[in-house]
Amino acid sequence: MVRQKTGHVILAALWGDNPVFRQILGICSALAVTNLVLNTAVMGAAVIFTTALSSLTVSILRKWTPRIVRMMVEVLIIGFYVILFDQTLKAYWPDMSRNLGPYVGLIITNCIIMGRAEAFANGNPPGLSFVDGLFSGLGYACVLLCVAIIRELLGMGTLLGMQVPFFSTPLWDRWIIMVMPPGAFFTLAIIVWIARTIQPDKEPKKKVGI
Amino acid sequence: MNIGSQMLHALIILFAAIFTDNILLARFLGMCSFLSVSRQVKTAVGLGLAVVMVMTFTIALDWLAYRYILQPYAIEYFRFILFIIIIAAFVQFIEMVIERYSPILHQNLGIFLPLITVNCAILGASLFMVIRQYNLIEAISFGFGSGAGWMMAIVAMAGIRERLNNAKIPRGLQGPGITLIIAGIMALAFIGFTGVLSGR
Repeated sequence: MVRQKTGHVILAALWGDNPVFRQILGICSALAVTNLVLNTAVMGAAVIFTTALSSLTVSILRKWTPRIVRMMVEVLIIGFYVILFDQTLKAYWPDMSRNLGPYVGLIITNCIIMGRAEAFANGNPPGLSFVDGLFSGLGYACVLLCVAIIRELLGMGTLLGMQVPFFSTPLWDRWIIMVMPPGAFFTLAIIVWIARTIQPDKEPKKKVGI
Repeated sequence: MNIGSQMLHALIILFAAIFTDNILLARFLGMCSFLSVSRQVKTAVGLGLAVVMVMTFTIALDWLAYRYILQPYAIEYFRFILFIIIIAAFVQFIEMVIERYSPILHQNLGIFLPLITVNCAILGASLFMVIRQYNLIEAISFGFGSGAGWMMAIVAMAGIRERLNNAKIPRGLQGPGITLIIAGIMALAFIGFTGVLSGR
């Protein structure tokens, strides 16, 4: 029973409720850091780290958190993990820290993490919340990596900065536009299009008033 | 630096933030509300105005807090949490003031204010301000320019989307998909401004 439930949570987090194509959440950083695969991998690791541990912490503390200050507590927990990651990165890999610029700090306002804390960790036991957070982060990181691989391959003709057959030779005319901002929009749009064509939204689109 | 050249520099930062380094189209900040609240021009204008106002004031407050609280105690790493708290507190405060003194404004702007706390463009602008080491005047003109640039982008997008209501769009591309493609085309247009100004 427990194993079945865990499997269900994992599948939902990776595909059924994937934060990027289903809910179109947290795409600010999905677009900003995906011009190089290496940057994206580090950013993805940061998001996985933060979502998993903050879901765990929110879930552990859920019985002692008064409802009124719940949001504030969640923000503080997320902020704590983001600071931890940011400081570690700055100490051990200063170049990467400079490349990512403010986007590591912006994980705090990444709706995915807050969304998982609110929607899942608040009403579920710590173990399951940790798994949910871990795989939501992983689902997000996978989409980020897909975008990054397409952009770096077409735009620079490399992968992780290494030479690739065909794309790194003069035969391939580099699409510089792919590593510039418009390339990010186009790539993500096409990925969302593919994902939504394979599995259309179950419920008819709700018209949001605002 | 004398006053004149400083004003000129601030002006350059202002226009760079609106055109060459648009916070939405070049830095991808504030995408969530950009995608979800760009169906009608009227609401887009309301949200845009709220963003301009909140961003201009919070960037000044964040600058003061960074310079006079975080730096003297060498606890700069605490800035993420402090900035978020300042933004949330400011939004709450401004909501109370507007509700008390201008019911009409509150009716038009009120529903957008809570949305703004989670708009990453606001926090992002403050973080850029720290990284680029702006002084107070530069920070304020950067905040105002970023807000104005964001507003311009969302209003333009809402105008285009109103027209798109009657268009036939492939099923999987409806909603966010087509919006992203339009944003990409807008970003292409804004690349045309590259090299005209640099606010760094």
